[in-house]
Amino acid sequence: MTEAGSSSPLVKLEAVNKHFGALHVLKDIDLSVARGEVVVVIGPSGGGKSTLCRVINRLETIDSGDITFDGQTLPAEGKSLAKLRSEVGMVFQSFNLFSHKTILENVTLGPIKVRGIARQQAEQRGLELLERVGIASQAAKYPAQLSGGQQQRVAIARALAMDPKMILFDEPTSALDPEMVQEVLDVMVGLASDGMTMLVVTHEMGFARRAAHRVVFMADGQIVEESAPEAFFTQPKSDRARDFLSKILTH
Amino acid sequence: MDDLIKYAPDLAAGFLVNVKLSLVSGVLSLILGTILVSMRVSPTPVLRAVGTTYVNVVRNTPLTLVLAFSALGLSDTLGLTISDEPSTNGFWLVVLGLSAYTATFVGEALRSGINTVPLGQAEAARAIGLTFFQSLRLIILPQAFRAVIRPLGSVMIAMIKNTTVSVAAGYLAESAFVMKDTFDDTGVSIPIFIGLALAFMAFTLPIGFLTGWLARRLAVAR
Repeated sequence: MTEAGSSSPLVKLEAVNKHFGALHVLKDIDLSVARGEVVVVIGPSGGGKSTLCRVINRLETIDSGDITFDGQTLPAEGKSLAKLRSEVGMVFQSFNLFSHKTILENVTLGPIKVRGIARQQAEQRGLELLERVGIASQAAKYPAQLSGGQQQRVAIARALAMDPKMILFDEPTSALDPEMVQEVLDVMVGLASDGMTMLVVTHEMGFARRAAHRVVFMADGQIVEESAPEAFFTQPKSDRARDFLSKILTH
Repeated sequence: MDDLIKYAPDLAAGFLVNVKLSLVSGVLSLILGTILVSMRVSPTPVLRAVGTTYVNVVRNTPLTLVLAFSALGLSDTLGLTISDEPSTNGFWLVVLGLSAYTATFVGEALRSGINTVPLGQAEAARAIGLTFFQSLRLIILPQAFRAVIRPLGSVMIAMIKNTTVSVAAGYLAESAFVMKDTFDDTGVSIPIFIGLALAFMAFTLPIGFLTGWLARRLAVAR
């Protein structure tokens, strides 16, 4: 494996296949994400989008193919896998904050326990990050006391606290009440313009248009097409994408 | 009533033994139960198998047999000696058997507690780079414990009452045996019987109240 230069992709999936029992959820997926690139993955439910997101930090294993992150094949288990995961942030649809820990503790746990950073330093940085996502005043509360939008912004701060090389977003706004979607998207747009590498599974076309460099359309476990956002939404190349867009645009 | 007053010092000394057995076995069974449940949810198949087999064998064996094995098997046959002082040795053999037995119930209570923790939190813990045992220790088990404080209280109450079968391990110092021994001299004495029952209730009832209070206080809001 050659030393990763700045021009090599940060993530590279080659011929990746994955089954859930009889269901073939990822079919020969080839995808690479460059450093600083924001890729939006869009497509119908059950098309394999979330699974694609989850195989990159190995929350799901793959059956065949090859995934490299920062020039190295994903480790299978143990400490090296934990180390890889600490470099790839993940934001979930259902937030998944640690219910028994305060907002600040949620954000500082990783830096203290995984990176070995001193508590005081981690808390200072944690508060800065909470400030950045606009919820520093809630630092001492518990997750259940916050709204969905606030919880999701904490989850983003928790991912950022690890100084990840990349953040994966698995439908980050799908579980939110409509009026809370924008506050989360605003934080994500901010991250994108700061140059964070992001893979975002979402149906938010506004976000895709504002922040994405590339849109990947997935259906039935395959990548059907990849284009620049504007081109994808105005002139989709495939019938499958055209059909999908007509369904979500007319409502 | 005279019998109760006359034999009270002996019975009290015996009851103190029940208390000591309970405290030591309580701590040990909580530790061993936590280890057992950690094995049962671990990603290593061998650990899971060992944990499951242990729980299924020991939990389904009568306590009197477990204690008899502790005394006859461990001590007499395998020659395990914890102390040269016979009464101390007997005490620890009971503790060993009782803890090994109670730990299976602690482990099962904790396992149902683990099931109350949303899977997503375990994924989030792994996603920030925590190892399996770190996620278990920092995220899963703290919430599992809080969810099962009440059932753990019941396990502890059962364990306290189980100290009265220590005689199965040949250990004769605890109060129930002292009572029976006294009855051999005096005939059945209702006051002694009630007095001892009340002593146990004075020990176990507060545990029920305390765990109920703790469970409400420490409940994890989701």
